[in-house]
Amino acid sequence: MSLVDLTAVSFAYGRGRTVLDGIDLRIEAGRNLGIVGESGSGKTTMLRLLLGLARPSSGQVSFRGAPLDPGDRSFMRGFRRAVQAVFQDPYSSLDPRQKIADIIAEPLRSLKIATDVEAAVTEALASVDLPLDAASRYPHEFSGGQRQRIAIARAIVSQPELVLADEVVSALDLTTRIRIVELLKALSAKTTLVLVSHDIGFVALLCQDLVILEKGRIVEQGAARDILSAPQHPYTQRLLESTPRLPEFA
Amino acid sequence: MTDATPALAPATSTRVTPAFLVGATLVGLHVVVGLLTLIWTPYDPTAMTGGRLAPPSLAHWAGTDRLGRDLFTEIMVGARIALSVGIGAVAIASAIGVTVGLLAAFASRTVDDVLAATLDILIAFPTLLLAMLIVAASDGASLGTAILAIGIASSSIVARLTRILARRVLAMDYITAARVSGTGWLGIVRIHVLPNIWPTLIVNFALQFGLAVIAEASLSYLGLGAPPPNASWGRLLQEAQATVYTAPFGAVAPGIALVSLVIGLNLFADGLRDVADPTRRRR
Repeated sequence: MSLVDLTAVSFAYGRGRTVLDGIDLRIEAGRNLGIVGESGSGKTTMLRLLLGLARPSSGQVSFRGAPLDPGDRSFMRGFRRAVQAVFQDPYSSLDPRQKIADIIAEPLRSLKIATDVEAAVTEALASVDLPLDAASRYPHEFSGGQRQRIAIARAIVSQPELVLADEVVSALDLTTRIRIVELLKALSAKTTLVLVSHDIGFVALLCQDLVILEKGRIVEQGAARDILSAPQHPYTQRLLESTPRLPEFA
Repeated sequence: MTDATPALAPATSTRVTPAFLVGATLVGLHVVVGLLTLIWTPYDPTAMTGGRLAPPSLAHWAGTDRLGRDLFTEIMVGARIALSVGIGAVAIASAIGVTVGLLAAFASRTVDDVLAATLDILIAFPTLLLAMLIVAASDGASLGTAILAIGIASSSIVARLTRILARRVLAMDYITAARVSGTGWLGIVRIHVLPNIWPTLIVNFALQFGLAVIAEASLSYLGLGAPPPNASWGRLLQEAQATVYTAPFGAVAPGIALVSLVIGLNLFADGLRDVADPTRRRR
């Protein structure tokens, strides 16, 4: 089943440079998708379009086959409940004046989801391996990795069908990065993930499908296994060649 | 806690600084004195109760003025007037300033540019000069006119600060996260913008409070503030000017009252920011 579709989508800021050009993309339920490209390739703009935070200059973004309509509050509430996000910088994605319980509960309250908020927050904290007493604390009391877990807890508390993650591990050290990857792997059993990253190695760990973006255009897309084993486009080949590897010692 | 969960750091606690305590004590003293004058004063503030320009004594703790009125009583009443002006002016400045500042922060670039330019022009006028113009344009000097004039004149400063602070908050990822969570713009203002800007605004309000007290004293000194027989500290200073060498306490006493309230407000505001801002708490 298709969750979100981009059909012939282009996007430009004002009358300026075209950031995305003729994008066709389908996000299928149950198949994690990785969107890979270098800085400036249009990954974050694509993410904003997928989240309904920006409107395409041309083309259409649709959710379960119906076009996204920001004016339809009921439709958008259903969309927001089903599609959540985790952002790159764990230091700016959590409101420093809010307690963790309020941060995690925000989607439940804003979307008026009828549930026991306290129990839902407790469950979300447990899902990301954080202790219950974290709920009464403030973001500045946590490390970067712990903050990213809190951001993930906020994204999953409404039990969305799709979680979009923008460079979620790029601001973290290697050990914490591995723990977040393990956490995302566990989450992907319950929800579909779209991982936006410049790191093809990271998305390959979690995604069945890949989209390779270069200068606002999709240059290659398909099953991750196929792309990683036999990249067709020279840009994809360059991306794979530039993935860091440990040197081999005799 | 699982293996993958690093231990949490110890919880943080609110810190109350000595400066905050000093400020709260000074402001609290003025508030108590101001409220006390509603039900009791040592003497009738308009009655001649002693000799003219009498020095401080047990009967008249701050001496008497040139008409023989008890100066300590007048200073007590002056505290009530100063606090009324401060509260009234800050209420007006914050209501206008925060509203305009938030509108500018959320507005399109064109509207924001127009509002920002207007605020810059208004800020170019000194608060006192603008207040004098407003008083001069009104029916006549009164306490109400002074409060309104000072409040309006201060609102542009509050508006510009609110706009800058709100725009900074709106650029943060947690605002994008709030939008993705389904929070509307009013909710974003209430849940995220105001709580994040108010620790800075509250400091500014306290500074504006102190400036309003000084502005009212200045207007009264110029005969544009609370008219007699209101015992404004500015009018007391103006009346004591002629006798400052022969009876200096007539100028010193209201001066001490004025300065102590303004210093108290500044210290109180700075401490309040520490209490209000969880990121400034210590382990």
